[in-house]
Amino acid sequence: MSYALEIEGLEKVYANGLQALKGIDLRVAQGDFFALLGPNGAGKSTTIGVICSLVNKTAGTVRVNDVDIDEDFPRAKRHLGVVPQEFNFNVFESVEDILIHQAGYYGIPLKIARERIDTYLAKLGLTDKRHTRARMLSGGMKRRLMIARALIHEPSVLILDEPTAGVDIEMRRSMYDFLREINAAGTTIILTTHYLEEAESLCRNIAIINHGEIVTNTSIKNLLRELHRETFILDSRRALPDELTVSGFELTRIDDYCLEAHIEQGQDLAELMSQLHGQGISILSMRNRENRLEQMFVSLLEQAS
Amino acid sequence: MSPYEQWVALLTLMRKEIRRYTRIWSQTLLPSAITMSLYFLIFGSLIGSRIGEMGGVSYMEFVVPGLIMMAIVTNSYANVVSSFFGSKFNNSIEELLVSPTPNHIVLLGFVSGGVSRGMLVAVIVTIVASLFVELNIHSYAVVVAVVTLTSILFSLCGLINAVFANTFDDINIVPTFVLTPLTYLGGVFYSLELLPDFWATVSQANPLVYVVNAFRFGMLGVSDVSVGFAFAMIGAFTLVAYLYAAHLLRTGRRLRT
Repeated sequence: MSYALEIEGLEKVYANGLQALKGIDLRVAQGDFFALLGPNGAGKSTTIGVICSLVNKTAGTVRVNDVDIDEDFPRAKRHLGVVPQEFNFNVFESVEDILIHQAGYYGIPLKIARERIDTYLAKLGLTDKRHTRARMLSGGMKRRLMIARALIHEPSVLILDEPTAGVDIEMRRSMYDFLREINAAGTTIILTTHYLEEAESLCRNIAIINHGEIVTNTSIKNLLRELHRETFILDSRRALPDELTVSGFELTRIDDYCLEAHIEQGQDLAELMSQLHGQGISILSMRNRENRLEQMFVSLLEQAS
Repeated sequence: MSPYEQWVALLTLMRKEIRRYTRIWSQTLLPSAITMSLYFLIFGSLIGSRIGEMGGVSYMEFVVPGLIMMAIVTNSYANVVSSFFGSKFNNSIEELLVSPTPNHIVLLGFVSGGVSRGMLVAVIVTIVASLFVELNIHSYAVVVAVVTLTSILFSLCGLINAVFANTFDDINIVPTFVLTPLTYLGGVFYSLELLPDFWATVSQANPLVYVVNAFRFGMLGVSDVSVGFAFAMIGAFTLVAYLYAAHLLRTGRRLRT
């Protein structure tokens, strides 16, 4: 099987002695939508830095679409588009100039660059900002500009480091749609994020990194399957009775109209509904108390440490 | 990258660099014209008329090549040091680092920005000088060769300074404490013949001596040092600066963590 990204035994020790990566192994299949999660300082940005040549690795190998970065980094770089966490463009340049320059650094002639700029600015809702200086853009627009810049040479692997930080909900949703669209068109996407629901809704596979080590690397489905207990909030149509007896389930009354139900793996929700209905309680709506992935994330990190 | 793609990358960098300093021409091109006008007026015209001849020519004619060269040195250096450090400071240097653009193209792109600004300022200062004294060119080939090599050398030095600089103060230390003294002690305003033997020998280690004298030879046909030796020294300094700058980019020192 051919991988978009293969990392073996990757280590990074900074000059101050900090061991940021302790021999991580990671494989991302071509066409995947992959999430790299971890708390601050876990090694996510260092990993991305090594892949895109901003960080010199201490040991290990990295291959992008079968191209070893130690053997032919320029060719590996052609496959990669990177959207870093921090804004890294000259804010005194116009949006168009930033994109033309980036295209030029990949050897793309001006005529083709302008055509691609038309396309990506339209897709990312920045067409009317084409001649605006970057410093005049809002935070969300700057982030979209960085996505357009990362795509200007049409890479097969797009790496996004916290792409939706500081982006409002509406813009975040349109960004999700755009990322799904380019992933469906064949681009492998690897993202790091603090929004765990983002990973859950966008990604198929996930790796969790902590203290420079991969804690888990599996599919989102498998990860969620490992959840043993979930908490639901149930909203009742009418006020709850003072005495509530439900056997086999752990319930907590929040207020007169609201219940918290703790469901263990294997327990039947229909059975709970049936018992509540038997006591004259009609459930109007039901939702997860907290993000399921977040629960798993916290428990994995606790186990690891 | 194919040769054509490298050419596109180089043109992109050159266009970006040239647009950068022409957009702020009042900060990059105009000051040299004003400063040099004052030098020509004070040292050449007012004081120079009382000094008489130096090196077999009038003092005004003697200082013009040195002052033109001073403008080339400071502008080619300043252009690259501020542009490259600015890119480091706002992290836009990462746009280049993550791209497949080879290091020699990065080097060539930044250097060509410095060279073009150095040459443009040289033309401006020469026009200003022609208002004060009648200019003659002894050897166009020598003039062009010295201007080109010098602006390359000091553009490279600017890039090396920018790589090591951590703050904007750091990019002013070398021009203030190294470049300006070397320029003043490089024979811009006096002939090395005026120095005691010891200091004349010490001056041989100053690259500005070769730059100024080779250029003076190109314009006036007079020089304190052998022109062939001056070219050899400028060439050697340029080669060393190029190799060191290329080494810094290859290893990513101060650019990659």
